[in-house]
Amino acid sequence: MAKSKYDLEKRRYVIGAVAVGIVLVYIVRLFTLQVMSDDYKKNADSNALLKRVQYPSRGVITDRHGRLLVYNQPSYDIMVVMSEQEGVDTLDLCESLGITKDFYVRRMAEIKDRRRNPGYSRYTQQLFMSQLSSEEFCVFQEKLFRFHGFYVQRRSIRQYQSPHAALLLGDIGEVSPADVEEDDYYQNGDFIGKQGVERAYEKQLRGEKGTQILLRDARGRIKGRYKGGQLDTKPVPGKNLTLGIDRELQALGERLMEGKLGSIVAIEPATGEVLCMVSAPTYDPRILVGRQRGKNHSKLHHDHLKPLLNRAIMGQFPPGSTFKTTQALTFLQEGIITPETAFPCYGGFICRGLKVGCHAHASPVKLVPAVGTSCNAYFCWGLYYMFGNRKKYKTVQEAMTVWKDYMVSMGFGYKLGVDLPGERRGLIPNAPFYDKAYRGSWNGLTVISISIGQGEVNATPLQIANLGATIANRGYFITPHVVKQIQGETLDTLYTKRRYTMVERRHYETVVQGMRRAVLAGTCRKADIPGIEVCGKTGTAQNRGQDHSVFMGFAPMNDPKIAIAVYVENGGWGADYGVPLGALMMEQYLNGKLSPESEKKAEMYQQRHIDYGTAER
Amino acid sequence: MERQRGEKEKGVWRSLDWWTILLYMALLAFGWISICGASYDFDQGGDIFSFEARSGMQIIWIATSFALGLVLLLLNDQIYETFAYVFYAFMLVLLFVTPFVAPDIKGSHSWIKIGPFSFQSAEFAKCATALALARFMSSYGYDFSHWKDCLATLTIIFVPLGLIVLQSETGSALVFLSFFLVLYREGMTGSVLFAGVAAVAYFVIGVRYGEVMMGYIPTSVGEFLVLGLVILFTAGMVRVFCGKSPVALHIMRYGGGLVALVLCFSWWVIPFDVKWVMLGVCAGMVVYLCYVALREHVARYFYIALFAVGSVGFFYSADYVLNEVLEPHQRVRINVLLGLEDDPSGAGYNVNQAKIAIGSGGLRGKGFLNGTQTKLKYVPEQDTDFIFCTVGEEEGFWGAAGVLLLFLLLTLRLIHLAERQPYAFGRIYGYSVMSVFLFHVFINVGMVLGLTPVIGIPLPFFSYGGSSLWGFTILLFVFLRIDAGRNLVRRND
Repeated sequence: MAKSKYDLEKRRYVIGAVAVGIVLVYIVRLFTLQVMSDDYKKNADSNALLKRVQYPSRGVITDRHGRLLVYNQPSYDIMVVMSEQEGVDTLDLCESLGITKDFYVRRMAEIKDRRRNPGYSRYTQQLFMSQLSSEEFCVFQEKLFRFHGFYVQRRSIRQYQSPHAALLLGDIGEVSPADVEEDDYYQNGDFIGKQGVERAYEKQLRGEKGTQILLRDARGRIKGRYKGGQLDTKPVPGKNLTLGIDRELQALGERLMEGKLGSIVAIEPATGEVLCMVSAPTYDPRILVGRQRGKNHSKLHHDHLKPLLNRAIMGQFPPGSTFKTTQALTFLQEGIITPETAFPCYGGFICRGLKVGCHAHASPVKLVPAVGTSCNAYFCWGLYYMFGNRKKYKTVQEAMTVWKDYMVSMGFGYKLGVDLPGERRGLIPNAPFYDKAYRGSWNGLTVISISIGQGEVNATPLQIANLGATIANRGYFITPHVVKQIQGETLDTLYTKRRYTMVERRHYETVVQGMRRAVLAGTCRKADIPGIEVCGKTGTAQNRGQDHSVFMGFAPMNDPKIAIAVYVENGGWGADYGVPLGALMMEQYLNGKLSPESEKKAEMYQQRHIDYGTAER
Repeated sequence: MERQRGEKEKGVWRSLDWWTILLYMALLAFGWISICGASYDFDQGGDIFSFEARSGMQIIWIATSFALGLVLLLLNDQIYETFAYVFYAFMLVLLFVTPFVAPDIKGSHSWIKIGPFSFQSAEFAKCATALALARFMSSYGYDFSHWKDCLATLTIIFVPLGLIVLQSETGSALVFLSFFLVLYREGMTGSVLFAGVAAVAYFVIGVRYGEVMMGYIPTSVGEFLVLGLVILFTAGMVRVFCGKSPVALHIMRYGGGLVALVLCFSWWVIPFDVKWVMLGVCAGMVVYLCYVALREHVARYFYIALFAVGSVGFFYSADYVLNEVLEPHQRVRINVLLGLEDDPSGAGYNVNQAKIAIGSGGLRGKGFLNGTQTKLKYVPEQDTDFIFCTVGEEEGFWGAAGVLLLFLLLTLRLIHLAERQPYAFGRIYGYSVMSVFLFHVFINVGMVLGLTPVIGIPLPFFSYGGSSLWGFTILLFVFLRIDAGRNLVRRND
C-alpha cells in the first residue's frame, strides 16, 4: 500500500486545490451576499438607523383683519419602548400621570395588540398617552429618569382664541388607519385635520416633517447622529392662513342664532370671500382639544340636534320665496315676460282646479312689485307660460332642461366648490327626474311649486347666500371660499375666476329694483338700515312643521359689500327671524358695530329660543 | 565562536522567507484596521490608539508578537526538534490542569490567569502538538500503514483534542482534526478523507431532504439521493482502485438499471417506497463484491464492500444520532445551518446579523469606521469570532475577497515552503501550520458567511486577543526559523 515518494509529493496539488476551492467558494458567496442582493443593505439600515421625526409647527389661522383665530400650544405625548421598559414602578408611574392601574394595563394591552396597532414593535416608541398639558407634564417630568423606556415627545396642539366658528375652523385629531394607508406622510399617532378648514387645508397647514437620522445599537439605545447629521432634514413650518371671516361678525351671528337651528352665511360679492358662516347649534371648539376630545366628540356626535353638522353647507332646505328672484331672471332672459308684464292675483294662482295661495295685495301686478310683495301667483304664471310655450320649446321636457340650466348657472343643483369638506349639492330637479316620478305624464302645472322655491327644490344656505352675491354683482359670482390668503401661495384660480350666469346684466337690474322695493315697501321692511340702501328678499319655506324663516339680501345696493342668507328652521315668516337677523348682521359688518337700539334688538333675538322638541331630526 | 554565531545570524536573515513575513504583516495590518472598526464607539468617538480601547490594546499584542517572533528567529532551529516531546508533554500537563484552575467564563474553563494576564492554553497546544507530530512521524522507520505507528500518531492528535474538549472548548478541539490533512500528505490513504467528505455529504443531504417526498413516489428525496450516492461511490471506487475490472460496469448497469426501472414503475404504475429496492441493490452489490473478492483474491473489493455497508449504516445511524442523541440546541443549530429552520432571533440570530452586516457592505464597503452593524453590536462577538463581518461591512467585497486571497497566498506559500524542506520534520511541521491556518479560515469565514456551523474559533491575525495572536505567531515563526535553517548541514540526525 506504500506509495512512492513521488506520488506523495503530488498530493501537494490536491491540498493546494482544496485551499483554492474553499477560497473560491467563499468569494462567490461574498459576491452573492454583497453585490447581487440589496436586501441586506435595507435590513442593515432598518436595524441601525432610527428616523426620529421632527414635527413642524402647524400654520396659524387668522381672520380677515389679521385677528388670531387658531394657534398652537405645547403639549406632551408620553411614549413607551416596550423592550426597554424594565423595572418601572408602575404604581408610581400611574400616580404621576394621574391614571389608574386599570388604565395602565389596558393601554399596554392595546399597544401590544397588533390588530389595533399594526405598526407595533417592541423596539420603537409607541404612544402611551397623548396631549398632556404643561401642568400635567411637570409632575411626570421630575420622575421621568426613573421610568426606563418612557420618553416624552413635545408636540403642539391647537388652541382657539374664541369659542366661535367651531365647524368652520374644524379640528385636528389622530390619524385613522385609512389616512395612513392613503398618504404615507402620516404615521400612527400623527395629527391630521378632521373637519373644516383644518381638513381642507391640511396640506398647507401641516408643513413638512423633518427627520433626524440617529444610530441605534442592538439594544435600541441611541448612539449619536448618522453621518454627523448630514442627511437630517429640518421641519418646514406649516403655512399661515388668513380667512375671509370677520371674527366679530361670526360672533354676532352665533349670538343671534342661540337657541335656534339654522344658518347664516355672508359673502363679499366682489371676491366671493365668506365673511361669516354660522351653523346653529354649534359648540366651543376648545372642548375638542386635549384628552377630553374623545369623550366630548362622542357627546356631540350623539346629540339629536346634530351640532357637528355644518348646516351652512350640509343642510339642504327649500329656499322658499328667495328663489323667486331666479325665476324672474329666467323668465326675463327667455322672453316669457318683460318688466311690464302683469299677472293677476286674486288670492293666489288658480288654474284648472289647481290653487297656490297668496297673501292680499293689489292685482294685477308687474314684476318689480311682484318681487317686492313676494307674489306667488306671478311666478306660477311665469312658469306656467314658460313650460307651456310650445313655440319656443317643443316639449315640456325641453323647457324643463332650459330652466334647469338657468338654475345650475346660478350655482344651484351642484356643489359650489367651497373650500370646506362635506359640502352638499342641494337639488334642482330635471326632466328625467319628473319623467320617472310621473311616468312621463306631467306639465308645468304638475311642477308649479318649483317656481316659488318649494316642492323638489332644495338648496344649502351657502347657495342662497351665493344667489344674493350673484344678484349684487348683477350676473356673476366667484366661488365662495373661506380662505382669503395662504402664506406664500396664490389662491386657486377657482376662487378668483368670475362665473357668469345665463342671464344678462340688465335683467338683474330689474330684480335688484324688486329687492329694493321689498325693503322699502314690501315684505322686508324690517331690513331697512338708516343710511344704507339694503336690498332683500324674504322666504317662508313651507314645511311639514312650522315654516322656515328665510332671508336673502345684500347691501349697499350700488356698491355691494355684503350678501347674506339667513335660514332659521321653523322660524315662521321670513320677517319673523330672517329679515331682522339679516339686517343686524349687515349693520354690524358695514358699520363695524351695532347702534344701541340694534344692540337691544340683538339681545332680544339672542333670548328668543325656538322649541324643537326632543325628537330625532 | 563569536564569528560563527555572527555568520549564522546573518544566514538566518538571508535565508528567511520574507514573502511570508510580508503576508503576515499585511494580515496583521488588515486585522488591526478591522478591530478599530469593530470596537469603535460612535458615542464616545474615541481615540483608536488609546489603550482603553481594544484597538489600542491590540497594538500591544501586535508589538509583543513581533518581539516574540524575533526571539523565535534568533533561537537555534535545532531546539524545536530536540525538545518537541518536552514541549508536548508540558503542554499536555498544562491542558490537563487548566480546567481545574481556570475560572468559569461563559461555561468554558480554558483561560489561565496569571496576574493581570490570562491566556488560553489551547492556543499554544497546536504548536506543541504539531512539533510532536513532526518529530514522531519523521523518526527513523516510521510507517503510517503499520498499525502501531498509526495508533501512536492518532494518539498524539487525539489526547490534546480530548483534553481541550474537557475545557468545553469544542471549537478549538476540532482544529486538531486539521492534522489529518498532514497525515494525508504523509501517506495516509485518501480514502479516509474521501470517507470523511462522503460522510458529510450523506449527512447534509440526508437531513436536508429527509422530509421532502418525490412527488407521487412515497420515498424521501434524502434517502433516495444518499442511497444513489452510495451505489455511485461504490462503483466509482471499484473503477478507481481495481483497474479495468468489469465489476464497476456491472454494478452501474444492473444496479442503476433496476433502480431506474423501479422508479418508472413507481411513478406511473403503482406508487411504492423505492428505498427498499435500493437497499436490496446495495445488499446485492455487497454480496457481489465479496464474491469477486473471494474469487479473485483481491482484498480491495472486500474493503469497498465494507465502505458500502458503512455508508448505509452511517446514514441511518446519523439520523438516529441527530434526533435522539444530540442536545436540542445543537439540533437547532444544525437545522438552521441546513436551512430547515428559520429562526432569525434565536439560533440563527448571529449568522443572520453577520450576513446582514457583510451584505450591507456592498461592492466597496462603507469605509473605515463607518460600518453600523458591527459597531452598534448587532453582530455578536464582533471583534473576535465575527471579526470578518467588519471587513465585509467596511471594506466591502473587494476588501473581504482581498483578505481571503491573502490567506490563500499564505496557505500556498506555506505548502511551497513545506515542500522545500530537506527533512521530513520540517515538512510535516510546515504542513501542520498550513493545515491549522486553513482550518481556522475555513471554519471562521464559513461560519460568518453561513456556510459552516457556528464554531467559535478565531480568524488568525484578525480576531482580537493576545493568546490567539501569540499562538499563531509562534506557530508561524517556528516554521519560518526551521525553514531559514534548511540549507545548514545538520550535525547529526
